[in-house]
Amino acid sequence: MEHKEYKSVNKPVRKKDAMQLLLGKPVYLDDITPKDALVVKILRSPHANAVIQEIRTDAAMKVPGVAAVYTWEDVPKNRFTIAGQTYPEPSPYDRLILDRHVRFAGDAVAIIAAETEKAALKAMKLIKVKYEILQPVLDFRTAKDHPVLVHPEEDWFPPCPVGGDSRRNLVASDVNSDGDVDEVLSQCDIVLDRTYHTKAFSQAMMETFRTYTELDRYGRLHVISSTQIVFHCRRILSRALGIPMSRIRVEKPRIGGGFGAKQTAVCEVYPAFVTMKTGRPAKLIYSREESQIAGSPRHEMEIRVRLGADKDGRIRGIDLYTLSNSGAYGEHGPTTVGLSGHKSIPLYTGNLEAYRFGYDVVYTNLQAAGAYRGYGATQGIYALETTVNELAEQLSIDPTALRDINMVKEGMQMPAYYNEPANACALDRCMEHCRKMFGWEEKYPVRDMGNGKVRAAGVAMAMQGSCISNVDVGSATLKLNEDGTYNLIIGAADMGTGCDTILAQMAAECMDCQVEDVAVFGADTDSSPYDSGSYASSTTYITGKAVERACSQLKEKIRSTAAELLGCSPQETVFEGKQVRRLDTGKTVSLEEIGYKSQVNSTQALEVTVSHSSPISPPPFMVGMAEIELDKETGLVTILDYMAVVDCGIPVNPALARIQTEGGIVQGIGHTLTEDVRYDRKGRPMGSSFMQYKLPTRLDIGTLKVEFEHSYEPTGPFGAKSIGEIVINTPAPALTHAIYRATGVWHRELPITPEKIALSLKTEAKHP
Amino acid sequence: MEIKLTLNGRPLTDQIDPGLLLIDFLRDHGCFSVKRGCETSNCGLCTVLMDGTPILSCSLLAARAAGHQIQTLEGLQEEAADFAGFIADQGADQCGFCNPGFVMNTIALLRENPDPTDEEILAYLSGNLCRCSGYEGQLRGIRSYLLSRGKKGGSHGA
Repeated sequence: MEHKEYKSVNKPVRKKDAMQLLLGKPVYLDDITPKDALVVKILRSPHANAVIQEIRTDAAMKVPGVAAVYTWEDVPKNRFTIAGQTYPEPSPYDRLILDRHVRFAGDAVAIIAAETEKAALKAMKLIKVKYEILQPVLDFRTAKDHPVLVHPEEDWFPPCPVGGDSRRNLVASDVNSDGDVDEVLSQCDIVLDRTYHTKAFSQAMMETFRTYTELDRYGRLHVISSTQIVFHCRRILSRALGIPMSRIRVEKPRIGGGFGAKQTAVCEVYPAFVTMKTGRPAKLIYSREESQIAGSPRHEMEIRVRLGADKDGRIRGIDLYTLSNSGAYGEHGPTTVGLSGHKSIPLYTGNLEAYRFGYDVVYTNLQAAGAYRGYGATQGIYALETTVNELAEQLSIDPTALRDINMVKEGMQMPAYYNEPANACALDRCMEHCRKMFGWEEKYPVRDMGNGKVRAAGVAMAMQGSCISNVDVGSATLKLNEDGTYNLIIGAADMGTGCDTILAQMAAECMDCQVEDVAVFGADTDSSPYDSGSYASSTTYITGKAVERACSQLKEKIRSTAAELLGCSPQETVFEGKQVRRLDTGKTVSLEEIGYKSQVNSTQALEVTVSHSSPISPPPFMVGMAEIELDKETGLVTILDYMAVVDCGIPVNPALARIQTEGGIVQGIGHTLTEDVRYDRKGRPMGSSFMQYKLPTRLDIGTLKVEFEHSYEPTGPFGAKSIGEIVINTPAPALTHAIYRATGVWHRELPITPEKIALSLKTEAKHP
Repeated sequence: MEIKLTLNGRPLTDQIDPGLLLIDFLRDHGCFSVKRGCETSNCGLCTVLMDGTPILSCSLLAARAAGHQIQTLEGLQEEAADFAGFIADQGADQCGFCNPGFVMNTIALLRENPDPTDEEILAYLSGNLCRCSGYEGQLRGIRSYLLSRGKKGGSHGA
């Protein structure tokens, strides 16, 4: 492991936009876009599965202030996906801007554009729709080969071979393995066979989905959107609207949170279509209800784990099958599911002799799922980590000791992780560190508090990736200004995480200047270099490396221009941050002089653009431990302490890495205890506001404590891996474990509400 | 209908639709710090001060603010900047969308109780949701502000 003292990297630098945000400056979409844009509203289907027989808009059009009402008859007929992924998209082309066949309660039926919100809402009520109501497919366990097809259309198209078949309600399907898992399991002393069920969860970022569109001064479609994926968004719009990319510009302002929700172009096509048709500026801002019922939540999954071990605790074989519910459309369906196995099983590479991982992803008539921080790994890790905890309890082995002997270690090759290496892995040190910090020896034993309350603890490990290997592209453009400062231009989207700042820290480190000397801009398809976008935990690892490489190339160019001024060859010079020195004479020329030289009679631009991609995706690792107090009367779980130790390589900004971890843990706590996207028997959404969909408040989380164990990833910038997603993965298994310890009941379905706990204890009492 | 009120210290008269919510009135008057995060009074993002008391501007008709003093973050920049830097140092601003409401409520807290305990801080701010930070960094920020103020000699409100 490399130990190095840095000037800007590995320092808790304040985010570049921090004071703007904290002081409430106008930096978000609705603050900076014109007020006189047409207000766009969407009429949504009340039925989970229906075909529009007749739709009448004449009365709606007569409402004063209404500019346009569009139905399925008005839109282009080319199917597309709104998933923001690298071409060719793994997600099927199964959407139209408006479809005659509506496939979930909340699906778009008509687009209304009006001068005011009031007029738009009035017009919405006057649209008369006659539906032919069809039987919906609501249970994802029966969706495969169901007689009712969610996508019966002939022009359903999968751009990638992912094993999907719309005639079977299948979005994707695959099996892969290493070794003979059936043979290995048959030799094991103990085989656990368990099935777990995780629900859909909403990202619930504080700023809902929103997009503004206008025709710019050249008549091009100018899109300002709260998005993580400006380039994918441009491609999606180009396909959906049937116009070339040269006629579209997509940019993002500050973003009020994304967590993957905005890796799908959830709302962009609607105002874009209005602007293309009317020529007028248009704005669509989703209500919280729309964000909850027509967003892009986590995929509901049912995961069956068969895990074989010997009596001494050696885990020898894992057979994991995931059934994933993609909802009415296939966004991110074929890819999220892969992580449920490939980013859980490798945690147990230690003694693993064989594994098999199979999956089916199905369509149902429920809200389409999408990308959410953790992206399938969260579900898989919940299932596998809970199975391992069940194993520990059955074998009466301390669950942390059980992991010590089975976990992946630095230098191992991980067959279940695309055969990639664990170059940098401090998981063993994370476990040791967390055990001490948490006080595992004292807290693991169940303690009856004598007042109907019980204290208990649970543990879980996690991993994620640092990019999509061989796919993601991150780029950086770096320019020298004539006063010796720099502009760093990126296509990655800072959605609050602080990537603008950490990339500037890297640039400052390389260029030997202050972080303030690096101005960061992004992201805008007209001016940013191509970047696949901010997702897959990739910005630090991929775009960061692009920044590092851009810096070294720019330094070469600076030396070359300096050499002209110094009358020598570039090889005879050395870059010293504020100046370049000629080695033999000691003569120097300042960055300012070099900057000005590049603007006078110059044939060399002092700017570079570098793209980076990686053949591997080094996993970050983590251990989380929870202590709870459980009220046996009411089933209420109170979290006392949640402690975690993370190995994200070298943290570029320890303060931001810590906040990422704390924020991810709290989201995970919400998924485990209170959050649940629910539907009634007809498939209509029930938890459409924050009244029903309960996010954790600051009173619900106990005390969080986060620390780091460093490893050094040789392929990452400054030894860094990733942090953004892994941090959401430990709460569900750790809390499930603690609840078992307190009650003796394994809850194999999330969320674990007080009601479920109390009922399980009543049942236990009746049938001891 | 016509309303008169004081917005960030300036008297204001305007013609409004009787159904207009205070949040929309304030944004129409350039107070873009006031954010809408839900429609059900659950998130605290739209918190402003009415006669010094924190209220949810999404749940109050603009007409009800007639005759009152309304303050938004635009009018309390210095008071906010006093402690906001400590939250920035924790990186707890994150996406920032919840920050104005949270900052407004923190101002109200510190005016009411200049030396709060951690429990008092958590209870007072419990109506301010944040999906990014996990809340701990916000608490650390406020705590380090209070400590720094104590070191400087502890003149509250300065």
